Amino acid sequence: MKQKPKLAVYWAASCGGCEIAVVNLHEKLLDVDAAMDFMFCPCLMDTKKKDIESLPDRAIAITLFNGALRTEENIEMAHLMRKKSQLLVAFGSCAKGGCIPALANFTKNNELLHSIYIDNHSVDNPAGIIPSGTTAFPEGDMQLTPLLERVKHLAQEVEVDYYIPGCPPEPHQIWNVIETFLAGELPSKGSTIGCGTLTVCDDCDRTKEEKRITAFRRNYEFYPEPEVCLLEQGLLCMGIATRNGCGAPCTKANMPCTGCYGAPEGVGDQGAKMVAALGSVMDIGDTAGLSEEVISERVNAFLTTIPDYSGLFYKYTLASSILGGRVGR
Amino acid sequence: MKDTVRFEPKIIGFLCHWCSYAGADKAGGIQGSYPHNVKIIRLMCSGRVDPLFVLSAFEKGADGVIILACHHGDCHYKEGNCRALQRHSMLSLMLAQLGIEKERCRLDYVSAGEGEKFKRLISEMVESVSILGALQLNL
Ligand code: FES
Repeated sequence: MKQKPKLAVYWAASCGGCEIAVVNLHEKLLDVDAAMDFMFCPCLMDTKKKDIESLPDRAIAITLFNGALRTEENIEMAHLMRKKSQLLVAFGSCAKGGCIPALANFTKNNELLHSIYIDNHSVDNPAGIIPSGTTAFPEGDMQLTPLLERVKHLAQEVEVDYYIPGCPPEPHQIWNVIETFLAGELPSKGSTIGCGTLTVCDDCDRTKEEKRITAFRRNYEFYPEPEVCLLEQGLLCMGIATRNGCGAPCTKANMPCTGCYGAPEGVGDQGAKMVAALGSVMDIGDTAGLSEEVISERVNAFLTTIPDYSGLFYKYTLASSILGGRVGR
Repeated sequence: MKDTVRFEPKIIGFLCHWCSYAGADKAGGIQGSYPHNVKIIRLMCSGRVDPLFVLSAFEKGADGVIILACHHGDCHYKEGNCRALQRHSMLSLMLAQLGIEKERCRLDYVSAGEGEKFKRLISEMVESVSILGALQLNL
């Protein structure tokens, strides 16, 4: 019998949501199992690292690698999976652009650890212990893998063959990719697959008219109209600067898109694109006869509603954005 | 004693064709001198300045970016400069979070006749960015 191609799903700095998305294939998982040898997934099965190490190089047909690279152990696993796989796929927004873990790139590691272990209302740590290095236990020494100076996405460390966006990727898109792979019809290497090339607005069926926003509003402030474009209602819906393919489940549930599929095809920086788009739909009213200072003040007053533009616009892509995080950290 | 070499910042200027570029031309016409650190890129309108241009300039080695627009009410395309201002104000908030000083990315207004103002703005920009020093990215 011909051997089935091996499929691996690995997680680095991730939340496990990408594995949930795989499990959400539901009965399609049986089809995956029929066509492929699903042999490694630390979240779901008991295969160990040493089992992977003992495989010949390129023995795995396709590895879906999710999670950002936060620790030296993540780096080690990225290289191992690269070596053992024919196709290495950055699976999900953490592997593709850094996603939530990469928001740490707004700060320094020591500041980050301080917020987590010392200056934290829900932590009782009178000795001020920050876990790191080697700790002796009666059972033996325990070693914590060091943090990297900054969080990376997968392609910043190893060569990546394909990218599948999403936080997490939508199950129907995962299935599409597997079907395309089995049919031998994957596009050229380096492509972003399991998604569209346009924006979430193309998937969203709300009515869209002339966009003129007189104030930014936040989710908790009101119940948005169910049929009207959320951006037109003042919510900072990122559909305009986000790749489609998800089917717009968030806007269907009356929640603005937060941008998890990353920038559309050909757009270099999702945050910059959001600023470009919002800058042309803000309406600060008639400015005729007003001085430059007064106009500037009006714009600044308009902008104060949102406390954290960078965190909002780079929520999923900070590691892959042009600046990559706070400079001079 | 060793000579201290003055740091010469690289500045990119995005100038709108109708007013600010003409203002820069005027500055040349009156034969005034201003620092040579600015590389000017002419656009039809300041409303064309995508924040991506600013970030790309920083990425490619600029230490500062100055956007010069028509005065309010004078934009050839009516509200291009207002959009530029809105984008610039939002981008400034983000740049602050990203550790880039506000002096490195300025927006101001220069009309076709304001050659003197152009000279002053460029001198100020070069001066303030010189004090900050080279922009170090973590790339
Ligand atoms: S034409 Fe000068 S700013 Fe629009």
